[in-house]
Amino acid sequence: MRPFAYARAATLDDALEAARDAGTVVLAGGTELLNWLRLGIAAPDRVLDITRIDGLDRIEQLAGGGLRIGALVRLNDVAADERVARDWPVLREAIHKSASAQLRNLATIGANLLQRTRCAYFRSEEPVPCNRRAPGSGCAARNGHDDRHALFGWTEECIATQPSDPAVALAALDARIVTRSAGGGRRIPVTEFHVLPADGVDRDTVLEPGELIEAIELDRPAPRSAYVKVRERESYEYALASAAATVELGEGGRIESARIALGSVAMRPWRLTEAEHRITRLAPVDPAVSAALDAALAQARPVPGSAYKLAIARGAARRALMTAAGVPS
Amino acid sequence: MSAPQFADHLDLRLQVNGVDRQLTGVDARVTLLDLLREHLDLTGAKKGCNHGECGACTVLLDGRRVNGCMVLAATADGHEVVSVEGLASGEQLHAVQRAFIDHDAFQCGFCTPGQVISAVACITEGHTGDEDEIREWMSGNICRCSSYPQIVEAVKAAAAAGNNPAPS
Repeated sequence: MRPFAYARAATLDDALEAARDAGTVVLAGGTELLNWLRLGIAAPDRVLDITRIDGLDRIEQLAGGGLRIGALVRLNDVAADERVARDWPVLREAIHKSASAQLRNLATIGANLLQRTRCAYFRSEEPVPCNRRAPGSGCAARNGHDDRHALFGWTEECIATQPSDPAVALAALDARIVTRSAGGGRRIPVTEFHVLPADGVDRDTVLEPGELIEAIELDRPAPRSAYVKVRERESYEYALASAAATVELGEGGRIESARIALGSVAMRPWRLTEAEHRITRLAPVDPAVSAALDAALAQARPVPGSAYKLAIARGAARRALMTAAGVPS
Repeated sequence: MSAPQFADHLDLRLQVNGVDRQLTGVDARVTLLDLLREHLDLTGAKKGCNHGECGACTVLLDGRRVNGCMVLAATADGHEVVSVEGLASGEQLHAVQRAFIDHDAFQCGFCTPGQVISAVACITEGHTGDEDEIREWMSGNICRCSSYPQIVEAVKAAAAAGNNPAPS
């Protein structure tokens, strides 16, 4: 680890001022940053600890039934919140399927969205071609081990995937990321937060330098929602593919609206918007629902070693949707 | 508004196993795990992977289990830490330590300090409803000897005994 200097920010304004400096990185839960420092993925001159800033660790009700989750709320505390458990079970499930109990006591909901890819070449301790690590150096995964890689939205520059579980749930919930910067702040839909390789591999998200996440906002409750994660072992493992689904059921148990997001298949949570439209007004068990999911996955363009993930992603989407709709699967 | 004061070496003060510890001039890069092992001579918490993957470094930070290798010591300044050395009262083992012995819940023992701390927290959290729940909530502690069935038995027994005093 290269030497760095450490400081604590007392207020968000102090943090925003200090974070404008290019050599400064922000420390929240630390579960990603410490490994980036060890691997040389980040080599800052200064580490700014924002965990003692007051007020960013609260969960507050919003008018209209929504919820505002402060960026520094630890993952386990988000999942343990009674309102989240009751009204947004998909988020609770996605969190409980993330990492381990220990890591979830450290990791924060805001910074979880800033997790970087688990591509082994990106995380390599030795220098290997990776356009995200060393711009222009190539993509070792493209002709190497590509069995944990993208089904959608990749380019020759990068075939990696975004690994966050909560991000997938938040994408299905159409959550918004509230940010602050010295110049003000904005609300960014989670579905537009992560940058696909076609728009550049020099950054993972649309956050500008010095812009910090202040909170996550959830809209109206989604009590009929579920998260399915498929992995090589039952617990404490990244997804091969995952799916988050929310549904609203109308007359006769038909789908009034549905939202489906796939995880670990692209550099952002991948919403199946076309399928979502096609399945409205159908009964969940209607064969046309499965056909719509098939059609959505037929648009995928998997890298060769990850083609097997198509069936997994399709199954995860179907199971998440059925679970959300209360249909035994 | 006051600009944060950056420093590459720091003076720290924390409660470790109930004892007030003061350290001067600690390198900002030192993790909580390295602080315990290399600065305070508390070698119970183990450095297995040093990447947050194995759980051998698990300690309680303000009563919650965390990976010591994923915490900068500087961020623990002013907080309370309990490592496996802080569980027993004198010669009297903590109920969870006793349960691990009674159920043969280890072979080589390298992961055991982390397992025991994690188990204490798991029971306090109430995540011991059945074996599946114990396995899920203990999954952050890897045992390469694969003593998992015995570890689950030990956690189950300690939870059922209802004797899991919070360490101080």
